[in-house]
Amino acid sequence: MKKTMLATTCLAILGLAQTATADTLRLLTWGGYAPDDVVEMFEEQTGHTVEVTKSNNEEMIAKLRATGGGGFDLAQPSQDRIMGPQMEFGIYKPIDVSKLDESLFIPSMLAATMANTTVNGVVYGVPHVWGTSGLVMNTAEAGDVVKDYTDLCDPALAGKVSYRLKRPTLIGFAFALGEDPFAAYDDEAKYKEIMEKVEAKLTECKSNVKTYWSGGDELMNLMRSGEVVASMAWDTGGWKLNDDNADITFVAPASGALGWIDTFVLPAKGQADDAAYDWINFVMQPKIAAMITASAGNFTASAGAEEHAEEALKAKYQASFPIEAIDNIKWYPPVPAGLEAIEGDVLDRVQAAN
Amino acid sequence: MTPDLECVDLVKRFGATTAVDNVSFCVPPGSFFSILGPSGCGKTTIMRMIAGFLEPTSGDIRIKGGTVLDTPPNKRPVNMVFQHLALFPMMTIADNIGYGLRRKGMARDQIARKVDEALERIGLPGIGARKVDELSGGQKQRVAIARCMVLEPDVLLLDEPLGALDLKLREHMKIELKALQAEFDTTFVYITHDQSEALVMSDQIAVMNAGRFEQVGTGQDLYYRPQTPFVAGFIGEANRWKGRIERVEGAMLEMRTETGLAMRATGSGTLSKGDAAEIFVRPESIHLAASDAALSDFDNRLQGKVTSILFNGAASRVLVEDDAGETLEVTLPQTGEFASMERGATVHIGWRAAQAICFGGGD
Amino acid sequence: MRSHARIGFVLLLTPLVLWLGLLIIIPHIDMLLISLRERISFGVYEPSLAQYQKALTEPLYLRTFWRTAVMSVLATAITLVIAFPVAYYIAKMARGRLQQVLFMLCLIPFYVSELVRTFGWMILLRETGLISNLLQWAGLADQPVEMLYNDAAMMVGLVYTSMLFMVVPLVTTLESLDDSVVEAGYDLGGGGISVLREIIIPHAMPGIVSGCIVVFMLSLGNYLTPTMLGGKDSLWFTEMIYNQFIVRSNWELGATFGFMLLVLSSVIVWGMLRLTGRTLQETMG
Repeated sequence: MKKTMLATTCLAILGLAQTATADTLRLLTWGGYAPDDVVEMFEEQTGHTVEVTKSNNEEMIAKLRATGGGGFDLAQPSQDRIMGPQMEFGIYKPIDVSKLDESLFIPSMLAATMANTTVNGVVYGVPHVWGTSGLVMNTAEAGDVVKDYTDLCDPALAGKVSYRLKRPTLIGFAFALGEDPFAAYDDEAKYKEIMEKVEAKLTECKSNVKTYWSGGDELMNLMRSGEVVASMAWDTGGWKLNDDNADITFVAPASGALGWIDTFVLPAKGQADDAAYDWINFVMQPKIAAMITASAGNFTASAGAEEHAEEALKAKYQASFPIEAIDNIKWYPPVPAGLEAIEGDVLDRVQAAN
Repeated sequence: MTPDLECVDLVKRFGATTAVDNVSFCVPPGSFFSILGPSGCGKTTIMRMIAGFLEPTSGDIRIKGGTVLDTPPNKRPVNMVFQHLALFPMMTIADNIGYGLRRKGMARDQIARKVDEALERIGLPGIGARKVDELSGGQKQRVAIARCMVLEPDVLLLDEPLGALDLKLREHMKIELKALQAEFDTTFVYITHDQSEALVMSDQIAVMNAGRFEQVGTGQDLYYRPQTPFVAGFIGEANRWKGRIERVEGAMLEMRTETGLAMRATGSGTLSKGDAAEIFVRPESIHLAASDAALSDFDNRLQGKVTSILFNGAASRVLVEDDAGETLEVTLPQTGEFASMERGATVHIGWRAAQAICFGGGD
Repeated sequence: MRSHARIGFVLLLTPLVLWLGLLIIIPHIDMLLISLRERISFGVYEPSLAQYQKALTEPLYLRTFWRTAVMSVLATAITLVIAFPVAYYIAKMARGRLQQVLFMLCLIPFYVSELVRTFGWMILLRETGLISNLLQWAGLADQPVEMLYNDAAMMVGLVYTSMLFMVVPLVTTLESLDDSVVEAGYDLGGGGISVLREIIIPHAMPGIVSGCIVVFMLSLGNYLTPTMLGGKDSLWFTEMIYNQFIVRSNWELGATFGFMLLVLSSVIVWGMLRLTGRTLQETMG
């Protein structure tokens, strides 16, 4: 009995000793943002170990909410999902920018993200990966018809289009219908009105849709097999498909692609902040950032990483985004609380419509 | 008179094995016919062919003169009492007995009356509402028979229905079954491996072995006049000797046993000198005596020592070892004459040639 | 001695009590409390029945609720109709090796995850999938046929997923049915249908009821199959619960839905037992 106690104590002390020098970093992130080779390099250099959990915006927030911000040491929700949940549930802790090497970030992006993730004068997030969503289509079959989101409802493509039944679709359609939903973020009545318009359009459009896709792989399969010729999706999806079929690519819609930035945030009950800062500083180095771009397909907020990016990806990016299209990107502002309830009701009604 | 059941040249093969090999028999109306044989002899196969669960490879089955080969089991005028009775556990006794009548589309009140009648006849009135598992073994037995009899089948098949009962109940049910058969006045075809069941109840018994009928006859026929060594050995007890024929005088034979004894017996007439043969003598055919002189009118006489006394009331036996070292079983008459006999006593035994039956072969 | 036995008893009971308490009872109480409150503003909640009121008055939620219930009952019925002959064949007609092989065949799909199984169906049923191509090759269709994304595809998926859970209890009860009881049914004049109705089904009733309860629960609680195979019109109650919890961050309404589902399944199981005149103990023991 005594012996085991002693052994346990020794083990505990050893364990404590180890945490002082090297931590376990529990990372809640997206697929592709923490490729194995990067994790290996990081573990080798710093002595920390990394446990990666892949997720998406909604699940990240739900997970953190369920534990009051515990269970993970670093998370990567989109920048528009930080303010609302923080005010509502308090699941993040302030980020100490002085512990980061600011020179690694593209200054404009860092400033914009910090501004968008500030609650009560405290900064909660810094940018990591950014990208857009717009139209992925087979240009040979749908290129003449589809110029904007609403063109997905063109009868010529009946049964051959797909989009998600989620908020980006609502926002995209709102822009394509000539509205500016972002400007109406603070005006609930106006926002409701816009959403009603979108709901009518989506309901009308429903018969044109083959299926509402829910996972990236599902959409890739639909596009690759030719069952779907035009869809609303992320830019990377289109570029990946472009490798298999030169006709398929990402096109920025006329009303503008929707820009998102995935961030780094510290969950409120994270236990390895130092390791988290180490990770951020590590992956923002241009060479490492380029490796993440290669794995995720999206560019990062790392200054100078573009030089290390693959030429092919850069070419695709330039083909999809002429200068005016870049200027036209609609960056998601933080979502005020309450809007999601309006959106949720719209999505429910569209799903239930016949 | 047309027999109730007739099987003609019935053959059933399963792959390479022949389970039933050219069997023919007739069962006259109202009789109790048993098929007796060791397990695996093919008797159950015959039964299942008659019931319609198996199709014969060749041959014909006729009931009241008409072939039933093309009649499915649920249409045959034959019913079966299964080995484990196969009462329907999910139904009450009344529903069990009424099952067949419901299938015939009989009216409810008529069914109820018939069921009550049947329960009356089997001596269990008023148990209709009970569940199957509330009955004793003997009661279940009677219900199983009643369940078939309400359908008034031409032939009732019984597949070792007493096998699951304990000894005492089995003895009792033997008598009761015979009484039920008389009561219902139906032809019973009864399968068993227990010779006492067959002998007690049957009008006619067929002894079956390895897919064939060895002999068909009354109990007395089989017991006293077996026609094959199998029947002689299977029905009742017998002392046996093997040897070679030395002399033939009409039906009378003399055989030299392997141990060197000369024995006289009655043969079937096809044996001649030098043939291998086997003699069967029942224990109750052998007489015991204190001296050789008392046995002078017996054809075969031996002297031996009592090695064991097997007391079993009226069926008591003694084991006698003869000079050649062979042990014989001899019935011990309960007349008091041998009451004081002890182990080791020297006795004289003898039997008549007419009661020693000789068959060819035996090697 | 006595106290030793008591300690043993307590030790044996502890995992069960912990399991029940920590994983079942406490979370349910928590859910109940969450469902009984309403969000007022950031981090401020008040007790209220607003969620139940919303759930019971919003046509969409009610429609989805009933649709899920009816479809689950239907899926259970179809599974029973398909599984019964299969189970009967395995239990009564197949012998030795064949019996084992057939049983394994029922089991093999469950070696892979539900996701993979569902993807398998998607490969078969999709417009550019196997069946569509076969039909075109055979000349039965002159253009690709889309068989995915409708209620029938969803039903196929649900039945397939539930099959094993119906076959196993049925095989177990049918195996205990003495062959001679079935033969007796025929011998006494019964036809195939009456033997099935009066003898085989009553005997198999415990298996049928427990199989149906399990399959119904599985269908009702299924999430993947309806979302992946059902397509744009698929509305499944679990999907709504997921949406409320994860997508909308509306735990209050999600918890309310969860409780509605719990009540619904309890009522239907109770009804099923009442209908067949069985008790839960008989069926599960």
